[in-house]
Amino acid sequence: MKEVINPPVRNIEDEEYHINIGPQHPSTHGVLRMVVSIQGETVKSLKPHCGYIHRGIEKMCEKDTYQQIIHLTDRMDYLSAHINNHVVCLLVERALEVAVPERVQYIRTIVDELTRIASHQLWWGCFGMDMGGQTCLLYGMRDREKIMDIFEESFGSRLLHSYYTPGGLMGDIHPNFQKRVKEFITYFRKKIHDYDNILTGNVIMQERTKGVGILTKEEAIDYGVTGPIGRASGFSCDVRKYHPYGVYDKVDFKEILGTQGDTFSRYMMRMHEMRESMKILEQLIDNIPAGDYSAKMKAVIKLPAGEYYQRVEAARGELGVYVVSDGNKTPYRMKFRSSSFSNLSALDHMSRGFKIADLIAIGGSLDYVIPDIDR
Amino acid sequence: MDFSIYDFTSFNQGIDKFFFENLTPFWATVVEMTIIGLVFLIFYALVALFLIYAERKVCAFMQNRVGPNRVGPYGFFQLIADFIKLMLKEVIPIKNADKFLFNLAPFIVVIASFMAMAAIPFAKGLHAVDLDIGILYVIAVSSMGVIGILLAGWSSNNKYSLIGAMRSGAMIVSYELSVGLSLITIIILSGTMQFSAIVEGQANGWFIFKGHIPALIAFVIFLISSTAEANRGPFDLAEAESELTAGFHTEYSGIKFALFYMCEYMNMFIVSSIAATVFLGGWMPFHIGGCDGFNHIMDFIPPFIWYLGKTFFLVWVMMWFKWTFPRLRIDQVLTLEWKYLLPINLVNILFMAFIVLMGWHF
Repeated sequence: MKEVINPPVRNIEDEEYHINIGPQHPSTHGVLRMVVSIQGETVKSLKPHCGYIHRGIEKMCEKDTYQQIIHLTDRMDYLSAHINNHVVCLLVERALEVAVPERVQYIRTIVDELTRIASHQLWWGCFGMDMGGQTCLLYGMRDREKIMDIFEESFGSRLLHSYYTPGGLMGDIHPNFQKRVKEFITYFRKKIHDYDNILTGNVIMQERTKGVGILTKEEAIDYGVTGPIGRASGFSCDVRKYHPYGVYDKVDFKEILGTQGDTFSRYMMRMHEMRESMKILEQLIDNIPAGDYSAKMKAVIKLPAGEYYQRVEAARGELGVYVVSDGNKTPYRMKFRSSSFSNLSALDHMSRGFKIADLIAIGGSLDYVIPDIDR
Repeated sequence: MDFSIYDFTSFNQGIDKFFFENLTPFWATVVEMTIIGLVFLIFYALVALFLIYAERKVCAFMQNRVGPNRVGPYGFFQLIADFIKLMLKEVIPIKNADKFLFNLAPFIVVIASFMAMAAIPFAKGLHAVDLDIGILYVIAVSSMGVIGILLAGWSSNNKYSLIGAMRSGAMIVSYELSVGLSLITIIILSGTMQFSAIVEGQANGWFIFKGHIPALIAFVIFLISSTAEANRGPFDLAEAESELTAGFHTEYSGIKFALFYMCEYMNMFIVSSIAATVFLGGWMPFHIGGCDGFNHIMDFIPPFIWYLGKTFFLVWVMMWFKWTFPRLRIDQVLTLEWKYLLPINLVNILFMAFIVLMGWHF
């Protein structure tokens, strides 16, 4: 007689059903791959796989001069290219103890804030699109275009400007610059109401984002989450306030903190930040002092041997750069602490137990830029 | 009321008589059916093409764009170019897909929406069949489309497709109820399920005005739930571009994709025309009781124009939804139906029955 062997009991709770979101997917905003373990529609766990657009920027920096490195930093977080340039410039200037003209600092601060607004505008559009409202993307793009035009006129390019150099700027601003920035502020003050009308006030959007993807303050600190995402959780982490650079210590702006730490408060954080940035712009744009657009710098920059760290507040959070110099014209080792990478690490924790649609919304609210993660 | 100039009844009966006099009854029926089928096929394709063009233009205007504007006047031939492209494109065979069901799925979706068109009256006497249970027939036939979507999702051997199909299944099973119940509200008012009789009943006022508030509520619920049934607007979870790439039709290409694409628009057209027929009087012109001069002028506008005008207005409303609202989540979609729309609908039917009983409608 044939022996009957009982088949092993299959428990459906233990079985894993994986789906690959990315590398090619409309909502990963680039080539990020997430292996998501799901049960029905619910996300059980998530594993991000990075490296699809790794270009070895940190390694390339080791054989480039500091002026050349600026051009590589543009390619990291291309949506806040100016701010990336700024961090390297600040580091070199601090190491060499160069006194940067006041005019340069004003212009840099203004351009940084314009970059921040442009980045948040694009984020707003993409977030709307992730939520399924495709009209948002076109609205965000339309308004971002105004800033791109200002940049194009003054710096000659639209995305990867490399406008800052160690010690100053590549060239002076265009005569129209101030006028156009003021025009933009009046224009965008009206348009940001449209943003609120079409998305912020929408009941579907609020229902989908409130209470979704909660990150507490402690968790935000544990994961090293910074920027609007950290501030949404109540983690006061604005580098502009704590380690002022440029002329941030001379302007009046608020660091707005959220309390909920959910997707909606991350959304609101960026909406507030756009308004605060416009406030900063208004305070600075009429007061740009006259002077040189660059300090006198040597043609070959050599940092004294030692270790240096510099941080700035990029559109997505704290951007840090760590340099070990052995006194040569190229750094011995260069390491970027990119905000998107740290922010992404919290995605698994935030999305567990929520639906696939929520995962997309949470990912949208993190606003990661893949080249910034992979570098 | 005098609709004699636009009455197609005698015209249709004349054709019918001609065939039955000259052919045996069997062949007469076959010839008639073929002619009706061909006419509907052409109409179907034309409407689908026009709606795709309309959608692209409408969404372009809502998004500060121009939309198609290169091929032909106002970009109108863009669609024809796109259609030819889709016809000629390679249909990519899918590894490990269930070949038979995979190929069958788009046709089921097309057939379901094609059949639903048969019962819709386009003008007086201008309909393929005037069933005395027309509404029941349309509800039954239009819910068959979900089988095609489920098959497409299941047979594609793609996880995104499967999730999309399951979402669509859950959604359509729920929203069928609301569609049915909101139509029942009007059936109570009209006392018939026959489309032609429903339209005739609205000669002295459309049902949305006649039935007071319950009819208005039923209309809004019908609009919401039929948007969900057509997988459109904020309820496009089965497709959910940003979540599931293209949902149930991710793996389809070429002409089969074109069929799904066309069906989306045809379903929208069909639910809009049912809403127009049942709530807004179908081909019946707008009449105000007592104002004979005004009514007479309204009668001169052909019923076909009235019908298309109302239908396209509702189509436009659905496009408006789609391009302004973000998408709902699956649990919210089901919550909306089971916790809000269904109870409201049931109470609404009660109210309507009460109004009809008391004779408060006019």
